[in-house]
Amino acid sequence: MGQPQTVAGKRNQTVHTKIPISILAGYHVNSNTPSDDYLIPLSLTWSALGSLEGGQVTYPKPTLEKYEFAEKPLSVYTGNFDLGVSFKISATAAAGPGVAVGKLRYQACNNKSCFQPKTVDVPVPYQVQ
Amino acid sequence: MSAPRYFAAALAITALLAFFLHDRSSGSAKAASVKPDGDRREAPNFTLKDADGRTVHLSDYRGKVVLLDFWATWCGPCRIEIPWFMEIERQNKDKGFEVLGVAMDDEGWESVKPFLTEMKMNYRVVIGNDETAREYGGVDALPTTFLIDREGRIAAIHIGLADRRDFEDGVQQLLQPPAAGRTALPAGPVAAVSR
Repeated sequence: MGQPQTVAGKRNQTVHTKIPISILAGYHVNSNTPSDDYLIPLSLTWSALGSLEGGQVTYPKPTLEKYEFAEKPLSVYTGNFDLGVSFKISATAAAGPGVAVGKLRYQACNNKSCFQPKTVDVPVPYQVQ
Repeated sequence: MSAPRYFAAALAITALLAFFLHDRSSGSAKAASVKPDGDRREAPNFTLKDADGRTVHLSDYRGKVVLLDFWATWCGPCRIEIPWFMEIERQNKDKGFEVLGVAMDDEGWESVKPFLTEMKMNYRVVIGNDETAREYGGVDALPTTFLIDREGRIAAIHIGLADRRDFEDGVQQLLQPPAAGRTALPAGPVAAVSR
């Protein structure tokens, strides 16, 4: 599995990167727009942006999957997918490297069990040119 | 380790653990609804609060058969089982049986109380914590349900969504009176009995 490319650009420039995610076969995480209010969505937020601004996340299109424990299909992510992220490099950014840190929250299940929601850090390296 | 690798690893660990736990659970559930007497270990006691703020000790239930369900409001499979447990509670309440739910929601009563109202839950629920979960083997996968006999010993464990029949059969087996001529002993070491 790869890692997000270092975000590189000049001040005021908009840059993009992808966060690659892999889910083992037989498991899923709820999408960012779950089918029911009680389900915990996948979400990526930013706890530290450094010299970057924005951090708008583009979630891929979820799939609708039917599971034994739900009457209707659920909006989920399975397998490999990427989260797209857009940043604007600050007008006052100092040249050089830095790291933005995201918080990825997810809640995984299989067809029989669900697992406690987790939040993991997602560092995104950047280079102001 | 990079973030995506770390994330993938975290998911992989969770998934593998789930597979292991599920496999273990399925095997025991299919073999028998409840373990033989000699294979049962004492259910760890705990002290937790119910929705009315009352203190609940598991040991208060000694003498009753207990279905102890670890669940959460965000857990789809748990939501399937809860109505079963409500029905089993209704059917067996007068026979020395009780369901006790342990909600594992991080937000506690803020999330759980509205759910209790919505579901019209007819059994007692307490809010669990890491210590309680650890005492019961981690409870990483929800639902995880323990059937506890009248002597306070764990007679069955179901990890993940199980068959309703397994719960019903297990409860009925545990509610049976001891075989004639035998006395149910309290949990704990039992010395050899001289005749």
